[in-house]
Amino acid sequence: MDKLTQVDGKAIPFGAKNVDTDIIIPAKWLKTITREGLGKGAFETLREDPDNIFDTPENQGAPILLAGDNFGCGSSREHAAWALGDLGIRAVIAPSYSDIFSGNAVKNGILPVVLPQEAVDRLMAVARGGDPIHIDLEAQTVTTEFQDRFTFEIDPFRKHCLMGGLDEVSLTLESSEAIDSFESRRAAAQGWISAGTNI
Amino acid sequence: MSSRPRTLYQKIWDDHVVESRDDGTAIIYIDRHLVHEVTSPQAFEALRLAGRPVRRPELTLAVPDHNLPTTARRDANGGKIPIEDPQSAQQLAALEKNAPEFGIRYIGDADAEQGIVHVVGPEQGFSLPGTTIVCGDSHTASHGGLGALAFGIGTSEVEHVLATQTLLLQQSKSMEVRVEGKIGPGVTAKDIIMHIIGVIGAAGGTGHVIEYRGPVFEAMSVEERLTVCNMSIEGGARAGLIAADETTFRYLKGRPMAPKGDAWDKALAYWKTLQSDPGAEFDTSIVIDAAAIAPSVTWGTSPEDVLQITGVVPAPESFADENKQTAAAKSLEYMGLTPGTPLTDIPVENVFIGSCTNSRIEDLRAAAEVLKGRRKADNVRWAIVVPGSGLVKAMAEDEGLDQIFIEAGFEWREPGCSACLGMNPDKVPPGERCASTSNRNFVGRQGPGARTHLVSPAMAAAAAVKGRLTDVREL
Repeated sequence: MDKLTQVDGKAIPFGAKNVDTDIIIPAKWLKTITREGLGKGAFETLREDPDNIFDTPENQGAPILLAGDNFGCGSSREHAAWALGDLGIRAVIAPSYSDIFSGNAVKNGILPVVLPQEAVDRLMAVARGGDPIHIDLEAQTVTTEFQDRFTFEIDPFRKHCLMGGLDEVSLTLESSEAIDSFESRRAAAQGWISAGTNI
Repeated sequence: MSSRPRTLYQKIWDDHVVESRDDGTAIIYIDRHLVHEVTSPQAFEALRLAGRPVRRPELTLAVPDHNLPTTARRDANGGKIPIEDPQSAQQLAALEKNAPEFGIRYIGDADAEQGIVHVVGPEQGFSLPGTTIVCGDSHTASHGGLGALAFGIGTSEVEHVLATQTLLLQQSKSMEVRVEGKIGPGVTAKDIIMHIIGVIGAAGGTGHVIEYRGPVFEAMSVEERLTVCNMSIEGGARAGLIAADETTFRYLKGRPMAPKGDAWDKALAYWKTLQSDPGAEFDTSIVIDAAAIAPSVTWGTSPEDVLQITGVVPAPESFADENKQTAAAKSLEYMGLTPGTPLTDIPVENVFIGSCTNSRIEDLRAAAEVLKGRRKADNVRWAIVVPGSGLVKAMAEDEGLDQIFIEAGFEWREPGCSACLGMNPDKVPPGERCASTSNRNFVGRQGPGARTHLVSPAMAAAAAVKGRLTDVREL
């Protein structure tokens, strides 16, 4: 996973509330065998409209998505985070998220920034004007080129994971020695468990 | 180590802690990992992208089950019969490629050992008492029937286990469920677990690991215990378990992947320490009166919507809770049922005997016993038996059970998950009913618009004979 310290650039002024994971990625995309390529299916029903906000030339490749309350509600499908990532989104800014979605987002290197509705409204205006937004994860700030400066809270563990580019696997691998020694003890005392399919 | 009495769950947990963290989580070692084709492709892909190997390939066993058609898989010349749905075919092909590429033992679609992961694990002796067992499938709870701590995980966790052979977990609460008294005639393990879910509710076990305790469970065969633990998740519990005993040891001895010789003796000595200590405290205790359990059937679209077969379709206003009243009204509309209708007046057009809940040899024997010398009613359009594994199928054929089913008008199929969730071509048509030995009666579970009534194998057979939901005790 790429390290995430800052996200700078265009933000998509989406703004909708209660965006569920079915809207982010419809069910028909769940039979895929990879995490890639789901950007095509991201917001598919909304993108049937030729004037949709995601496909306008100025928003193509934008790394930030602005949204309303309760973003990512509904099913637990990790495909929602995969689809956003594939679309190029590295951070979402919204007043609130479903727990499952925000967990999935962090596991996939996407920063879910929580800011009050007024701040999101202001950023929507900035984004609509075509101006960039800057997110600094270390400082926990969102700034614009118009002297706007908003600070946000984030769980220290999640911050650590995102800044180090650490997924849970990488983190657990930091405990490799503990796993090694558990396995050695196990092999000595209970080799019949360690044998598995090799018995 | 404190001398405080510990539950079985606590003992298994303690024996698997690799590292405890300040925030209350722990790295827990995973002894056994089962993999099927649906929830694994992205996990393997992630390993590939990160250039990570599978840490301990011999602790994972891969077997396809969800997408496989239950019709013939090889033609007369042994050639592979292509799978029609290209996406199903792709998921199956991915597992067939991923498993050997990462050094994982793979049981192929036409191998004698192929079957539903939760049938294969115990049958092969891969699933063992006292082990931690995971799979990207919520019915992993089944393996708790062997006295293991077994639970379902998501795709990122599948990847985590493949890469590290561990999971980062928070300990659950403990719940004991006891059934006191004598079980009545016609009552099976399926009726007992459905009744328990009816009592505790579909969210009753949320945040808990259930231990089923007492003489009723001690008297059960391993197959019956697997059925009970399988549906722990329908009661909201991620895992359910029953302490291993002589019945378990007899079941496991000589199975292909079970320990042998000296290792067997060592394992046995360890397994015998794995019971809840006298005086061990559970966060929640439930006691159920065995006399209140009868052959059961679900009437709604949640597994908690369960009644004795002698009952009538309930009226929504009969429920105290307002949310439940609304849910019941919705369920009845979906199910096309009128309050007050005797359950035995409900006709069924389809009968499905199979799934990780009820597709083992004892289940097939119980259904065949009811069907012997009988035939399905004319209004039953589709009746199928899907054995849980190739080995179950072969055993049933040795015993002549297949002939009993075929003479009764059933189709005798190849093993897999089949009509439990209809990811393969086996689906119940919209608006039609199915007496099903599976585990979920959710809206659209067996196909869009399908109406599921969960029952035991004997009750499914009885429904087939009468063409309506039937009290098996009358046959």
